[in-house]
Amino acid sequence: MSSQNPTTFSFTKESLKKQFRWSEFLAEKIISGVAFLSIAIIFLIFIFVFKESLPLFSSSKTVEKTEIQVTSTTQPETYGAPTEDLEPETYGTPTEDLTAIDVVETNELEPETYGEAVEELTVGTEEETPKITETNKEGKNNTWSTFLSCEWFPVSENPRFGLIALLIGTLKVTIIAMLFAGPLGVLAALYTSTFASKRAKEIIKPVIELLAAFPSVVIGFFALMIMATFFQNLFGYETRLNAFVGGVAMALAAIPIIYTISEDALSAVPKTYTEASLALGASKWQTAFFVTLPAAIPGIFAAILLGIGRVFGETMIVLMATGNAALNSANPFESVRTFAATIGSEMAETVFGETHYSVLFFIGSLLFVFSFGLNALAEFYVKGKLIKKIQGK
Amino acid sequence: MKDIKIEVNKLSLYYGEKLALNEISMQIPRNKVTALIGPSGCGKSTFLRSINRMNDLIPDVKITGEMLVEGVNIYDKNVDVVNIRKKIGMVFQKSNPFPKSIYENIAYGPKINGIKDKKQLDEIVETSLRQAAIWDEVKDRLGDSAMGLSGGQQQRLCIARTLAVSPDIVLMDEPASALDPISTSKIEELVHQLKEQYTIIIVTHNMQQAARTSDYTAFFYLGELIEMDKTKSIFTKPSKKQTEDYITGRFG
Amino acid sequence: MNTTTTEEKSLFFAGNTKSSDLKGRLIVGSTLAAVILIIAVLFLIIGIIVYNGWDMFSWEFISSFPTDGMTKGGILPAIIGTFILVIVMSLAAVPFGTITALYLTEYAAENSKFAAAVRFSVRTLAVVPSIIFGLFGLGFFIQFIGTGIDKTFNAGQLHWGQPNILWASLTMALLTLPVIIVSVEEALKTVPRELREASLALGATKWQTIRKVVLPESVAGIMTGTILAVSRGAGEVAPILFTGAAYYLATLPKSVSDQFMNLGYHIYIMSTQSSDVEKTMPIQFATTLVLLMLTISLNIVAVIIRSRIRRKKVS
Repeated sequence: MSSQNPTTFSFTKESLKKQFRWSEFLAEKIISGVAFLSIAIIFLIFIFVFKESLPLFSSSKTVEKTEIQVTSTTQPETYGAPTEDLEPETYGTPTEDLTAIDVVETNELEPETYGEAVEELTVGTEEETPKITETNKEGKNNTWSTFLSCEWFPVSENPRFGLIALLIGTLKVTIIAMLFAGPLGVLAALYTSTFASKRAKEIIKPVIELLAAFPSVVIGFFALMIMATFFQNLFGYETRLNAFVGGVAMALAAIPIIYTISEDALSAVPKTYTEASLALGASKWQTAFFVTLPAAIPGIFAAILLGIGRVFGETMIVLMATGNAALNSANPFESVRTFAATIGSEMAETVFGETHYSVLFFIGSLLFVFSFGLNALAEFYVKGKLIKKIQGK
Repeated sequence: MKDIKIEVNKLSLYYGEKLALNEISMQIPRNKVTALIGPSGCGKSTFLRSINRMNDLIPDVKITGEMLVEGVNIYDKNVDVVNIRKKIGMVFQKSNPFPKSIYENIAYGPKINGIKDKKQLDEIVETSLRQAAIWDEVKDRLGDSAMGLSGGQQQRLCIARTLAVSPDIVLMDEPASALDPISTSKIEELVHQLKEQYTIIIVTHNMQQAARTSDYTAFFYLGELIEMDKTKSIFTKPSKKQTEDYITGRFG
Repeated sequence: MNTTTTEEKSLFFAGNTKSSDLKGRLIVGSTLAAVILIIAVLFLIIGIIVYNGWDMFSWEFISSFPTDGMTKGGILPAIIGTFILVIVMSLAAVPFGTITALYLTEYAAENSKFAAAVRFSVRTLAVVPSIIFGLFGLGFFIQFIGTGIDKTFNAGQLHWGQPNILWASLTMALLTLPVIIVSVEEALKTVPRELREASLALGATKWQTIRKVVLPESVAGIMTGTILAVSRGAGEVAPILFTGAAYYLATLPKSVSDQFMNLGYHIYIMSTQSSDVEKTMPIQFATTLVLLMLTISLNIVAVIIRSRIRRKKVS
């Protein structure tokens, strides 16, 4: 027994004195610090996406940047300003000519991106940089004014960055997608939470949520290969890839989000509500429609908002299924180009520091602010509403 | 009541704005069993948990007054809460073994205190299990999961686990409330044996249990200590009307 | 009492007659139809992809390099590239996500404004479009950090300031972080309070309790989160478009500063940018089949583990 109590210390001020434990202190600091990183990331995303679009806001800065590029022509390595010659390799932009790439690959010993690029770099930049400077200077004054135009011609002699054209495209696809995804997602959620038996629910919910496991590139591929042809045969329109195909495909991406959040909201409606209604003699569907659904409206609203956010910023599906032509038309069966797809397809063709590059980052900032706003709205609106509901109207 | 282990001076406890314990003052003797009784919600468990500062874990708890253990106020700013809990062990109402082996459950406390020697650990595990009168039942399956034991065995395992860190004081929060009568009597027997070495404070809602196991009894009602005396006196001639009403079963 | 109920009933549901039964049936029918339609489309997609990709799908296909300008051969480098991507990604995202979840469940005070801000940030991170992560990866990791490293340590030699596996993986890690945080947080919450109290009552410190009791009990949740994150990371293409994915590489990447091929990106370029889309159709379908089976099976595993955790919580 005595061996078990080796410590003779009992309750003295000394033995109970506060101890400083390094491991505790460090653990707490590190854990809180890491948690802080989540907040920092949000800021960093905004700062760095926005930062790259800054040249649009100060013309002097643009000149500076281009000057750096000019100096870099003498020693291109110092400030890795990528030039168009570099692009195909670094960003993996596909070239039409596959054999050309094979040629590059044959000299494997060389660092991949360099090889011949360095040689071409000097040639390329010398010719190109002055041109960029000029277009920048010319385009600078025009850039902002062209934002409100309806023409998106970023790489012409006189570049025009008509964001309106892209906005129309984005809205068109979003509306089409939400027209399908909204009702389908909410109705399916309503069935799962109120009409389905417990067993059926256990099967239906995970199966529908499996749709969230479909990578958007797979949905895009399916839309491009199968849906586009199917709809063309069905409706007989001309452009095979268009807003409608893209919209329907994006609905598939938005459905699991809308479904899951709506279903959670519907299931969270207190049983007392529905029981009271059923006790009053209302049938199951009446209860579902006049009691459960209205009670879950804030949650469903949030679901729709987050669904819109998903569709608005989706890249791969639109890139593959909408045809990507920035036309200004209300016809759902014509090609469109969205904000996100524009970034996805054109970033690889731009040059670091060029107006086009900055414009794409500016579009990125817009998308970020928009999705941030949607999320904030969904969160605070829903929280406010729910608190009101619980505390009594 | 010469040999005082714990002295409580006007201890009050608030949950946010709500007063849960109102100026409790009492003296708890060394190497004796003290039972805390009273109707549910009277503050007896809250009081028990304030002896090893488990209430610190609940947000918004405010405590005033003094809790002197061997003359040291454990609510003093310079006192280390972790060291307090090493000397004041606790057995909970619901048995809560770790989902580990029986051996690992007992060795957990010594290990976090820095004992690494396998031989020493083996020894501690055996003595603790023997003290808790469960050694014979589990000695052949120390490597099995503690979750496979019966409710009564689990509770004795938890007692053994508490003893393994060699505390001075053992707090028991209704340790037998979820057990069958046979297990209960085993626990009560155990409490009786343990008081030779430890100061034991036990919360119970079962008055027979208090009468059987304890030397002293304190009656709590609505967050106040109504009276405290030798168990015999409390159960035969309580000085307060409320105590009498409670032990004769008129309320509670 | 009785009269009021009947009155209310007739007031509230005036049309509780036969005709409303038909309406009810229509409504219930429409909700059921939505469920059936969604599930049917889901299986239709799987079916069509399996049907078109099955012939091409073989051991040889997944274990050999593409040949003849990617019109023949397999997709081994794309599989390996995706594999490396998700591993490096997990190495960054899992510890980071687990620690953030630990903060939220174990350390954050109930009314902490800071914790609320962390939660809001995590949820925002979950809804930021994936292409934005791509832009961020380009602007932050490549242009800022990478170029910064090159300037300071490589005398301006372009090495880190260009797209590679590391930057792509870190970008993907940011995208999948919320997935891990949410899963781990859920698992941490299922660890009973009694176990924490038991440990603390034995004189264990908070960090000892977390390390020895709480974390071992949440291993399944961390695994679920990791699997879901891997599934997500394996399928996303937009974040790696400009941070490291390559069109074609003749060799496998040798270090994290190399570029890599990727299944999703392979599907994208083969179906939209290839010189002969028609000819490589079977390859495209088979690649899609591989990617889809990968993400779906990972998700199913995660769902199974998660339902086990939940069942444990109930019992």
